[in-house]
Amino acid sequence: MSAIDYTELGRPIRGPRALTDDWSRFWHLTYNIARNEFKLKFFGSVLGYVWQLVRPLLLFGVLYVFFTQVAHVNDTSTPGGAHYGAQLLGSIVLFTFFGEATSGAVRSVVDRENLVRKIQFPRMVIPLSVVLLASFNLGLNLLVVLIFALAEGVTPMISWLELPLILLMLGVFATGVAMLLSALFVNFRDVQPIWDVVSQILFYASPVIISVETVQEKVSTAALHLYMLNPLAVVFQQFRHAMINPDTLSAGEALGGWAQLLIPIAIVVATFALGFWVFNRSAPLVAENL
Amino acid sequence: MSHASAPAAPPIVAEAVTKTFRIPEERTHTLKERALHPMRRSSHQSFTALDAVTFDVRQGEFFGVAGRNGSGKSTLLKCLAGIYGVDSGRVWMNGRLSTFIELGVGFNHDLAARDNVVLNGIMMGLSPREARARYDAVIDFAELREFEEVKLKNYSSGMHVRLAFAVAIQVDAEILLVDEVLAVGDAAFQQKCFDVFNNMRDEGRTIVFVTHDMGSLNRFCHRAMLLERGSVVHIGEPHEVADRYLEINFGRAADAGPEQADASGQDRAGDGGARVVEAWAEDASGARPASLPQGERIALKARVRFAVDVEDPAASLYVLNDEHVAVLVASTARDHERTGTFRAGEEALFSFSFQNVLRPGRYSPLLTLAHRGSGLDLMDRAEGFMSFVVTGAEAMGGLVDIPVEVGVSRSAGGVVEDVPA
Repeated sequence: MSAIDYTELGRPIRGPRALTDDWSRFWHLTYNIARNEFKLKFFGSVLGYVWQLVRPLLLFGVLYVFFTQVAHVNDTSTPGGAHYGAQLLGSIVLFTFFGEATSGAVRSVVDRENLVRKIQFPRMVIPLSVVLLASFNLGLNLLVVLIFALAEGVTPMISWLELPLILLMLGVFATGVAMLLSALFVNFRDVQPIWDVVSQILFYASPVIISVETVQEKVSTAALHLYMLNPLAVVFQQFRHAMINPDTLSAGEALGGWAQLLIPIAIVVATFALGFWVFNRSAPLVAENL
Repeated sequence: MSHASAPAAPPIVAEAVTKTFRIPEERTHTLKERALHPMRRSSHQSFTALDAVTFDVRQGEFFGVAGRNGSGKSTLLKCLAGIYGVDSGRVWMNGRLSTFIELGVGFNHDLAARDNVVLNGIMMGLSPREARARYDAVIDFAELREFEEVKLKNYSSGMHVRLAFAVAIQVDAEILLVDEVLAVGDAAFQQKCFDVFNNMRDEGRTIVFVTHDMGSLNRFCHRAMLLERGSVVHIGEPHEVADRYLEINFGRAADAGPEQADASGQDRAGDGGARVVEAWAEDASGARPASLPQGERIALKARVRFAVDVEDPAASLYVLNDEHVAVLVASTARDHERTGTFRAGEEALFSFSFQNVLRPGRYSPLLTLAHRGSGLDLMDRAEGFMSFVVTGAEAMGGLVDIPVEVGVSRSAGGVVEDVPA
């Protein structure tokens, strides 16, 4: 074989990577995969999108009846207890997003084996399309929350403008976890059952059913602060405070000061960075390790 | 095209591309296994799929990559496409790339044609706008207009392939990497695919075509490369590569020393009155090459030793192809009945000479020796003692390639009117 003696060469071909230089293709791929999945979910069903709502609404109905009529866990007579229904529904919808984005991401890379092994494309598209799909659902579910809240007598507030920030924090956290889980699942198949359990724990360990005010009554201030380090707790509580009922504690108040808010934010950023690092590291070899 | 004028970079340059796979012998898939055996390093074998493969493909070239299964050709294609990272060596590409590693990647069987065509187009590097604009052309090429609303899971496999191929060729790539996709579809569609590849070649696109069909290698490629166990064996004219391929592929059994007839352990029958001692194939010059080109005169010869006195022995030759079909049968009994009288211990040489019209491939002759007469009174039946390989570039696909005179003339009857049914 003669050696390569060209003076000019084309662009070097590197192996598969997590990201790309062609961001428009990256976006189109992510969007279209999510869009097709969204379409498929309701394919052939008569009521279509209604089914997507049934699950959170059913959960909401059961929890609402149980915790207000039977168990009386939350004191709904205090100012913070007003609009408990809308608070509960909002938290459930936000948690549903987190659950769909993360649990859906676990198997995503492995399930798309045929793509990964046959086509060159930025691997990060896969977990991101799962998060995007969950975001479509979240957007529609939030409309339902809005209608429900208005029906319950919640009046529009200037603090509704905080919503993008709240969703940003939730989205970044969910994306970080999604990247981490999808990369780990390639080599460790028990990530799935572990994550099923962990997300159940997170559901009950976050102020979804029980409001932060109830927690505040039962435990010490230090314990409350610890409880609020969970980024999901911050997101859900701030959603209740800014969107539904200003008489509830804000996330900052529950943490004992706005400066402390930096800790859960740091957790979110660290999770995202870790997820990105792990995924980025495993991306070149995913096609061979599947 | 932008790089038509300037002395531009070649479309593909690969320099010493090496790819090794680690094959774990025992896979630890669960945390428990890791936790229980933290010290156990997962043992693995390494397998070198590509070993310092260097080649270049020139502008507008139709470049064939041939090799047996497991020779590394698909791995090479994946390395070129960037699906696998290489362990060492480098690859450069100049031009928009499209890969046909497998057709219909990412097709979703619950969606109709349109969604799949658009998504697949985006996968191949089109923008959504471009992908949608090509939809009509795709569906027409695939001849699936009447099925465009049908979900893909209700498509036949042929329809599926047609759609997938139609999507793939609608990507205006300057470099195409094609992996044996033509092995599918019915004959008419295959012809259409060949036409497309011919057009692409004429348009000056650069195509890398992986195959183990030497016929298409010869028909399409300007140049070809032969891979064997991850290494480049030969780069050159397609017919050279095809001949080397046949030698490597079919010549292996012949190399293993079967030319020498071995009296023991063979599939033999008969009363043992005579034994085939040696048999071989030789070309017109009397040499005994490992492979014989098609079209030349060849001879199959057998040396026979007699154990008893025999009068007018008859020898018959059956040339069996790799499917064990007798392509050619010849016998001394037909027009050479008086072969003579042989004493015990004497030897005779039987020769069967013919124009080599056999299609390229491997053949193993079967020889029978009989006492005179019906030919059923067997002395020896020697099978599997040797084989030979026929090489050739012009194979049409039949069992044999004999000269055929083809003629076309205008029929005297004039124009035939369409008769209404």
